[in-house]
Amino acid sequence: MNNLLIPNPKEAESIHIIREVAAQFERPVLLFSGGKDSITLVRLAQKAFYPAKIPFPLLHVDTGHNFPETIEFRDRLVEELGLELIVRNVQDAIDQGKVREERGRYSSRNSLQTTTLLDAIEEFKFDACIGGARRDEEKARAKERVFSVRDDFGQWDEKNQRPELFDMLNGKIHNGQNVRCFPISNWTELDVWEYIKTENIEIPSIYFAHEREVFLRDGLIWTANEHVFREDHEEVMVKMVRFRTVGDMTCTAAVLSEAVSLDDVVGEIRDSSISERGARIDDKRSEAAMETRKKVGYF
Amino acid sequence: MSENRKLIKIATAGSVDDGKSTLIGRLLYDTKSLTTDKIEAIERSSKQRGYDYLDFSLATDGLVAEREQGITIDVAHIYFNTAKTNFIVADTPGHVEYTRNMVTGASTSQVAIILIDARKGVIEQTYRHFFIANLLRISHVVVAVNKMDLVDYDEEVFLKIKADFDVLVAKSDFSEDQINFIPVSALKGENIARKSSEMPWYVGNTLLDHLEVLETKDLEESTVARFPVQYVIRPKTEAWHDFRGFSGMLYGGNLKVGDEVTLLPSLNTSKIKSIHYFDQEIQEAAPGSSIAVTLEDEVDLSRGDMLVKSSAVPRSEKQITATICQVNSKALTVGKKYILQHGVNRVMAKVDQIESRIHTDFSGGEDAHSLKLNDIGRVHFRLNKPIHFDTYKSNKSNGSFILIDEAEYDTVSVGFIE
Repeated sequence: MNNLLIPNPKEAESIHIIREVAAQFERPVLLFSGGKDSITLVRLAQKAFYPAKIPFPLLHVDTGHNFPETIEFRDRLVEELGLELIVRNVQDAIDQGKVREERGRYSSRNSLQTTTLLDAIEEFKFDACIGGARRDEEKARAKERVFSVRDDFGQWDEKNQRPELFDMLNGKIHNGQNVRCFPISNWTELDVWEYIKTENIEIPSIYFAHEREVFLRDGLIWTANEHVFREDHEEVMVKMVRFRTVGDMTCTAAVLSEAVSLDDVVGEIRDSSISERGARIDDKRSEAAMETRKKVGYF
Repeated sequence: MSENRKLIKIATAGSVDDGKSTLIGRLLYDTKSLTTDKIEAIERSSKQRGYDYLDFSLATDGLVAEREQGITIDVAHIYFNTAKTNFIVADTPGHVEYTRNMVTGASTSQVAIILIDARKGVIEQTYRHFFIANLLRISHVVVAVNKMDLVDYDEEVFLKIKADFDVLVAKSDFSEDQINFIPVSALKGENIARKSSEMPWYVGNTLLDHLEVLETKDLEESTVARFPVQYVIRPKTEAWHDFRGFSGMLYGGNLKVGDEVTLLPSLNTSKIKSIHYFDQEIQEAAPGSSIAVTLEDEVDLSRGDMLVKSSAVPRSEKQITATICQVNSKALTVGKKYILQHGVNRVMAKVDQIESRIHTDFSGGEDAHSLKLNDIGRVHFRLNKPIHFDTYKSNKSNGSFILIDEAEYDTVSVGFIE
């Protein structure tokens, strides 16, 4: 038996937030992408309710363009922990004519996820969606609340947010509203990696250096794959790379890396001079990109 | 995670154009927390606007509306670290009408940095910012006298501001050792991370060095243990058939196995049987821990109830007096009912009497019939059920509450119990 528990303040805060979600809402769901942030959320949720199981399901909005390693990992994690997983596909929204697939050079299904997410919220009557967004990721997110109230259309009104005082969370909402909950708001990318290392949490293999067919565009390393639009002159080559953030392969650039272990990865993040979102192709489209997407209900 | 680094939470306060965003941008830049792509973005934006210097304020001013107006309009959270310390900065705006945001940012902070423009000296807004730091019992205040480059790094200017500020300190609850004055130029980086050669007359630490030598234990309050029950864990599995764990965050003091505890509101007593942190059983937990505890006896205890050591039981009352800060445009008026959230517990509250509106310049108060957005006042409430509280002066977490509008569910006020 351990003698005295000295808390890790960020972990303790996150567990507190997750317990508030379970206590204040009827139908919460954890948005799971297979990325390191949502994997960290799963570990925190385990800690919040142990020895009971996590009392809410996971929802994966699948663009159909995910890395196969991520999907394999997702299914194994769900199986091992006995979790309930709901998958909803962007392809369905495309087939139903609700959204139109982008074409051409920068085409991506990333922004199409919003419609599928909002449909799933409506289908399952979710009143709280737990997400792995962090305030250090991006300027618009720096102002996001821990509990962020959205209307029926998933809209975020940045000028009319509830102030959050001390650690008291107000999750009271009306019918039709829902709340996006961000338990790791106060974590940095380095915090997440150090936590994964300390806790020895398993993550998908694409986070470690591996050989991959890629091509170069705009100073970024893109995956060469049938889902990613590539012009004839954009030459495919094999490079040793890894991913720092894992979204869909059309919007996630690789970085050159030799990091094959968690120690290597943490070392690389510590010394890194490029931000995590610097490798997100979707943000490069415009400086106000994230804010615009948030207003229309993107996570 | 960051086992070897301490965590320090800072709120910044300053008036428009005091250079607050520049100061934070400078801290990020000097601690190498800005990545190449962010620096490039700042260089690009600065150039587009025709500046011949790097506009670090662009590192923190996030929303599109703000970029257009060139001011910060909400609380933004910024993160940086040094080898020894993790910092969280709540960047709060300096507009007169945005008192609520400073209260919000300060409520989660241990340290306040109050910026003063060296050319303007102590102004009305400085009073307000310091008043709020005092009201919220911030542990430590740094007065950063900025734009020293624009007053020729003149020591006389700095000393005059310090003397003016000391008049405020005398009116506050702060002791002198809780307050530090540092002359800086955020734009030029003088006394931020680098000791200024322009101000040899200043012998103290740079801002960053000063923040680094603050000790967490001096910044956190240590009182008595308060354990509000957040969520009851009942696995109902074969292995854990009878397990009933009361989970929550522990505040104020340690709790250990065998402690005699009193349960509120029932006033039943029991003993701590076990303390759980994930799959580990521990003997004792320090404040700030998110844990689950089991008790020796079968007792009735649910969300919103509180578990305390029998040796130090809080007050339980249905009538309370509190200092209120109104954080919503809907006014607080006599007779109005609210949902009062005290920690994780909710009761109904009715405004019995508004005693006064308090001037935020330490000059006392006046009669008032309502409290409008950004007003601070002394209010008497009647509750439908007792809450189990300490005064805010003796215990921050168990002495504060929020008021939630009955119809709209917005958070409309924050209260500090007397």
